[in-house]
Amino acid sequence: MFNLFLLQLLNGAQFGILLFLVAAGLTLVFGIMDFINLAHGVLYMIGGYVMAALSAATGNFWLSLALVLPVTLAVGLVLELLVFRRLYDRSHLDQVLATFGLVLVLSELVKILWGAAPLSVAMPEALAGSIPLAGLMRYPVYRIAVIGAGLGVALALWFVIARTRVGMLLRAGAANRAMVSALGVDINRLFMLVFAAGAMLAGFAGAIVSPILSVDPGMGDSILILTFVVIVIGGVGSVKGAFLAALLVGIVDTMGRMFGPILLKSLMEPAAAAQAGRTIAPMLVYILMAAVLFWRPSGLFGRSVAR
Amino acid sequence: MRRLALSTALIMSMLPLAAQAQEPLKIGVLLTLSGPPAVLGEHARDGVLLAEKTLGDKVGGREVELIVVDDEGKPDIAAQKARDLVEAQGADFVIGPIFSNIMNAIAGPVTSGGAILVSPNAGPSNFAGKDCNPDIFVVSYQNDQMPRTLAEHMNRQGVANAYLLAPNYQAGKDSLNGFKSVFKGEVAGELFVPLGQLDFSAELAQIAASQPAAVYAFMPGGMGVNLVKQWSQAGLGSIPLMSAFTVDETTLPAEQDAAVGMLTGSNWAPDLQTPGNAEFVAAFQGAYGRVPSLYAVGGYDALMLIDSAVKKAGTEDREALRAALKQADFQSLRGSFKFSTNNFPVQDFYLTKAIKAEDGTYRTSVVEKVFTAAADSYVGECPMK
Repeated sequence: MFNLFLLQLLNGAQFGILLFLVAAGLTLVFGIMDFINLAHGVLYMIGGYVMAALSAATGNFWLSLALVLPVTLAVGLVLELLVFRRLYDRSHLDQVLATFGLVLVLSELVKILWGAAPLSVAMPEALAGSIPLAGLMRYPVYRIAVIGAGLGVALALWFVIARTRVGMLLRAGAANRAMVSALGVDINRLFMLVFAAGAMLAGFAGAIVSPILSVDPGMGDSILILTFVVIVIGGVGSVKGAFLAALLVGIVDTMGRMFGPILLKSLMEPAAAAQAGRTIAPMLVYILMAAVLFWRPSGLFGRSVAR
Repeated sequence: MRRLALSTALIMSMLPLAAQAQEPLKIGVLLTLSGPPAVLGEHARDGVLLAEKTLGDKVGGREVELIVVDDEGKPDIAAQKARDLVEAQGADFVIGPIFSNIMNAIAGPVTSGGAILVSPNAGPSNFAGKDCNPDIFVVSYQNDQMPRTLAEHMNRQGVANAYLLAPNYQAGKDSLNGFKSVFKGEVAGELFVPLGQLDFSAELAQIAASQPAAVYAFMPGGMGVNLVKQWSQAGLGSIPLMSAFTVDETTLPAEQDAAVGMLTGSNWAPDLQTPGNAEFVAAFQGAYGRVPSLYAVGGYDALMLIDSAVKKAGTEDREALRAALKQADFQSLRGSFKFSTNNFPVQDFYLTKAIKAEDGTYRTSVVEKVFTAAADSYVGECPMK
């Protein structure tokens, strides 16, 4: 049982890392620009599709992964210039409507370009296979690599935000946008940068997940909701909060699916426990969110909002 | 005299339009054509279109108008579009749907509106049993039959215990119940996952811990792609994964080598030796650039069935049309085919295996016949004779 626990902990961490990569961009955009971007999941999907297209064309996983980054960065820049820039000063309702429209348009575009059937990306030879963990349990090498890559990105982000001038401006922008602008910082350029970097991170997440999951037109929608849960739990605008909340959500979700029914079995008869377990497990993440919001209304690392 | 002529003209104009006998036959095609499972609907639609082309753009010897609509995978939208097809557009037949929950939503609007529903895929148990209907024909199969085929195969192999995996919705539960009604070994464990879940790491870990002799899974569409890909990555290659609606020509293009060798239960495969099947597969590949699936076969056979019945009985006499449909006097791609009293097929079921063909495409291939001329197990509950 302990081995299984360890294995599920790794699974939860891997899922959490993935959520973090998508959530990092979203929390900055939401926190600094006060901008609700429902199209963020689409960028994750585009990352997956670009990866699938490039790896089919080049046959090289690493080269494709390296090319996905500039492509999704460019997609982010174009979207910012064409659409989002016009929405910063509008109400949240306008932002939700416009970005939701964008979700529909881009999903349809992807379907026109690549069709509705799920695509796949071949796993690189070096990372295929699994390593023995304990007893009969094995763990896929690739998932360990995903965890490693995610931790690397988290470290890099921490460094940029805590130790560089851009990071300082970002933190200042999140605290008081008007003041930063008044001090002569080109806030629009800062926004563009944040937005494009967020798009690139989401695209990166979509690309590295493509050998594990299939690439299909609905992949962005499924992750977007959990991403919003993550940034709300972590505190809007806080990358540190997003990191911890993503791990928390990933682990709670994975553990709940596994151990929920087992725990319930000690309380009620097995059939009822199995039924209740599979009903409650998907709700656990939302129960966690409700609990966090009850005790900390602005999230784990959120500042008390005063706008 | 003039008044008489005028009133005659008036009366004439009030006669039903049906009097003009050679009006084109209207057939609605209601399938899921958007969202992640859209590829299933596209296969069925292309099957219908290929049948139309094969018949020389005439169905039952009449001009035909196919009206293709997307149900978006949502029962409420499907019901609304079914009503529109039948009432506003005057469709004589509706071919659809893909999903069983949609079937429950559209059966009422289609049949009460006076049209006949021909399902190319969905075959929920209620319509095979107590809700069977003289205006509903299912050319595919009853949902339980694929899992029963695999369970029977496992019995013959003497599989001592099996782990079961399905999404947590009606068709998933039906599938596992169908499996368990035949399987004689022990059920090592049962797992239900939320519909649409794509990462199976938690479930695979539990299966690895339990080390069953075999695993039965029902994971349609993109869920199946992910399950199959993650299966070997998790080091579970030594445990046989047998599945229904998980490894077929709609998912194999994405699963590729990860699925090769996996077993599944089906009523058809591209290399099935039946009259016209090889030509169908070649024509489908030529026209749509992909290997057809059982969904494409469902669409093709649905239109062929309608063609045979309309040729015999026309559309005016409802009783004659029903009788002609029930005779199933068409050449199914599956070879021997007839209807039970509940309008569900009596047909053969096969164990099939995923292979990589010589032309580089991935497809299923017949391993052996498991059931011969099998009817479903609900036909006894159907009051129709």
